[in-house]
This record gives sequence, structure tokens and C-alpha cells, in this order.
Amino acid sequence: MARFDHKVFLLSGGARGLGEAQARQLVAEGARVVIGDLLEDRGRKLAAELGPHCVFQPLDVGSESQWSAAVATAEGIGALSGLVNNAGIFEPRPIEESDVAHFERTCRVNQLGTFLGMRAVVGAFERSGGGAIVNISSTAGLRGVPNAIAYTATKWAVRGMTKAAALELAARNIRVNSVHPGPINTDMLVGRPEDAAENERRRLRVPMKRFGEKEEIARLVLFLLSDDSRYMTGSEIAMDGGISL
Amino acid sequence: MAGFVDRVFLISGGARGLGSAQARDLVAAGAQVVIADLLLDQGHALAAELGAACVFQPLDVTSEAQWAQAVAVAEAIGPLRGLVNNAGVYTPVPLLDTDTAQFERHTRVNQLGTFLGMRAVVPAFERSGGGAIVNMSSTVGLRSAPNAIAYTASKWAVRGMTKAAALELAARNIRVNSVHPGPIDTDMLGVRSAEDNLRRVRQVPMQRMGTKEEIAKLVLFLLSDDSLYMTGSELAIDGGAAL
Repeated sequence: MARFDHKVFLLSGGARGLGEAQARQLVAEGARVVIGDLLEDRGRKLAAELGPHCVFQPLDVGSESQWSAAVATAEGIGALSGLVNNAGIFEPRPIEESDVAHFERTCRVNQLGTFLGMRAVVGAFERSGGGAIVNISSTAGLRGVPNAIAYTATKWAVRGMTKAAALELAARNIRVNSVHPGPINTDMLVGRPEDAAENERRRLRVPMKRFGEKEEIARLVLFLLSDDSRYMTGSEIAMDGGISL
Repeated sequence: MAGFVDRVFLISGGARGLGSAQARDLVAAGAQVVIADLLLDQGHALAAELGAACVFQPLDVTSEAQWAQAVAVAEAIGPLRGLVNNAGVYTPVPLLDTDTAQFERHTRVNQLGTFLGMRAVVPAFERSGGGAIVNMSSTVGLRSAPNAIAYTASKWAVRGMTKAAALELAARNIRVNSVHPGPIDTDMLGVRSAEDNLRRVRQVPMQRMGTKEEIAKLVLFLLSDDSLYMTGSELAIDGGAAL
């Protein structure tokens, strides 16, 4: 019997990057997966590729009604067992260039989006008998990082909200943990050609001298969604090659 | 999870409690295990029960010579790829009642013992191409607790040493992470009264103790190839006790 047979998981930011890798691994282990994302073309393609156990749902994580719709879609498939809050934006810039619109946009996706997701699944988890939430924070949520003040703020917020939610929801058999990836090989990091020199500098700063792979983050996320981690809640887990040390 | 077959793992405090559960799971995963402990009878009995994949080695973790012997025994079996520093003592005593002997006992077993273990395995790991160290800290190594100052100090020390070692050893393909259990149902809590333990459980958001089997699942994850990009991290497994 596969580890996640008959269990339903909702992934925000599921159409690419970290979320895509989680969707692939979850489906491979028997799960039914709802991938929520703004990227409709990419999301539908991925769901089609992964087959009948994966559906795509348009999801703007800043919208309460869209979260409700996503949870309803998930519950229409089966008992909702887990949520991964992957959706996030990263627009690095110095403080002086961080205007209010940029700050609020980052908060809306990374911080409000994570909060709304957690709140949206509580009822469904109670109906399922419990559930696990994994919030994707960052090493920027463990240390200070220059030239990314809005992003850093939201990732510390996610770290703290994770613990607050863990305390409130423990009695309802709902666990909440945060994952703090270091630099990972995804579009968010390596997308732009002009970033090549900066990325090499970043790679050399990692004690392990390499970036992580989204499949590695996914294996940690799956561990935290599984029964093997049932005594873990409110914990913060860095997977970062040592860069936050 | 990959990373266990044809590899040897050294488990301090392996004769009972957390270490014994790790030994069972490692053997089930296809690994060769050396359980090292002061408890000779229990250690021999467990190794006999787990069969050919498990050997017992007497180990006083405060002895450099005994660590060197344990590593030699492990390397004679095969490539050493993992160490779990479980061995620890816990005698909760209020600060004003804690004498020097009490304090030093916790420092020697929990802190020096962990340090000596890490240092002992590095050359063996280099010969094997790398390895993973898991240090057992505690939820009181994340938040503090009253009436156990010597224990608390040693567990914060383990948390910090883990990160220092992780930085130094990253370039040698050796990763080091710390695990922070909350109250777990083992003999270690026998030093407290039943009422004290019940009171403690009521403070845990999940309202229960953890089990050594649950801790073992996390330890195996940290020893496996699934966690190759993790080093210097601290993982609480405590039902929310540290919150």
C-alpha cells in the first residue's frame, strides 16, 4: 500500500518549482492532488501529465473565495489530509527602492496567502479527522538577508504564524510546520541570465557549495505530511546546505 | 528511503530507549548497526535479537579510547556512514541544589560525549566518502525549563556544537543535524514522579508523550539520502512543547 493512498492534498503554487516537485512525488505515492496556481496553462498541462489523480484549480492565494473553492474541489475528491503553502513571490531590491506597492504585493501573496490557506482548510481537516500543514518559509526567515526586505519580512511572518497556528490547532489533530529552503534550483532563483554571476557568488556562500534541488525539498515536505512526523508541530526545518549558519 | 543498504551506522546509547528504536528501524532498512552502550546485558540481548546485522560494543562516551574502538569495530564491518549521539543522562535538580558533581556529570556525558563521538567518526566518514551525524538534543535545548539547569545547559551546548560542526565539516561531505524531542515515553523519565510526568504532558499542546518509534522515524530521515541538503538544522519533535 502506498504511503498516501486515498489521501487528498492541496498545494498552492503547485504548477511549477517546489510545488510541482511535491505534486509529482505525492501522485507517485498514491495521493490525490489539487494543484492551485495563477499559472493556468502550466497548471493544466501538469495536471494532464500527472493523470486522473491530479486536478488543477485556479487559485489566487490572496482571495478568500478562491481558497474556499479550492478546498471544496479537494473535498469533492476525498478526505483532505494536507496543505502545502508554496505560493510566493520574490522581487529582490534595496530598501530605498522598495515602494509600498511592492511591499504590499509581497505580503499579499506570501503572508496573507499562507494565513488564508491555513484558515481555509481547518474545517475540512476536522471533517477528515486531522491534517498536516506545511508552510514554505526560507532561510531568509531564519536570518537577515540584504536587498529583500519585503520578502524577508513575509518569511519571518510565515515562521511565526506557523508556531501560532500549531499551538491553536494542536487540540484538533492539525499539525503545522515550516520548511526553510536555502537556494534551490528553480525559476525563482536561476531564471534570469543577468543573475548568473550573482548566483555563482551565492553558490560559493553555501557551506555545501551547491544549490538544493526541488526534489529534495519535496521529500522533506512529504515526510512532514506523512504519519511518520505525527509528533512534530510548530517546528522550523532548514534544508539549506548550511547557508543559514 | 535510500542510503542504508551496505552501510554501517553507530548508535551511542543504543541498548535501550531512543537508540534501541533507531537500531531496529536501521536493521529493518537494510543497514549494519553497531549499538554502543554502558548497559552490557541489555546491549548484548538487543544485538542477539536483531541478528547478524547488529553487533554490540561497550562504550563509555566520555572515553576517547573507547570511541576509537567503537569506530574500529564499525569500520571492520563496512563503510561507516552514520552516527547518532543518543547517550545522555538526565537528573532534574533545582539550581540551588545542583552541586558541581551533578553539573559535571551532565557536561561529561551529554556534551563531551557528543563532541568526542563527532570527532571520532570524521576520519572514518572521510574514508567512506561522507556521512551523517544526528545529535540528540531536547525541547529544553530550544526553550528553557526550570529545575534542570545542568541538563538544559548540556542540551543547548549540543544544539550549538551541531551548527559549529556542520560548518566545519560541510566541505568533507559530512552533515550534522540536531533533534529536539519533547517528553518521550522511555526509562529516562522514570527519574520524575508519575504526577510530575502527568503535569508535563498537560503542558504539551498535543497532550501526549512521544514514542521512541516516532523519534526513530525522524532520525532515519536525517541519516538517509533524502536529507543530503540538510546540515546544521535543528528539528523539534515534541508535540509543540517548545512553543
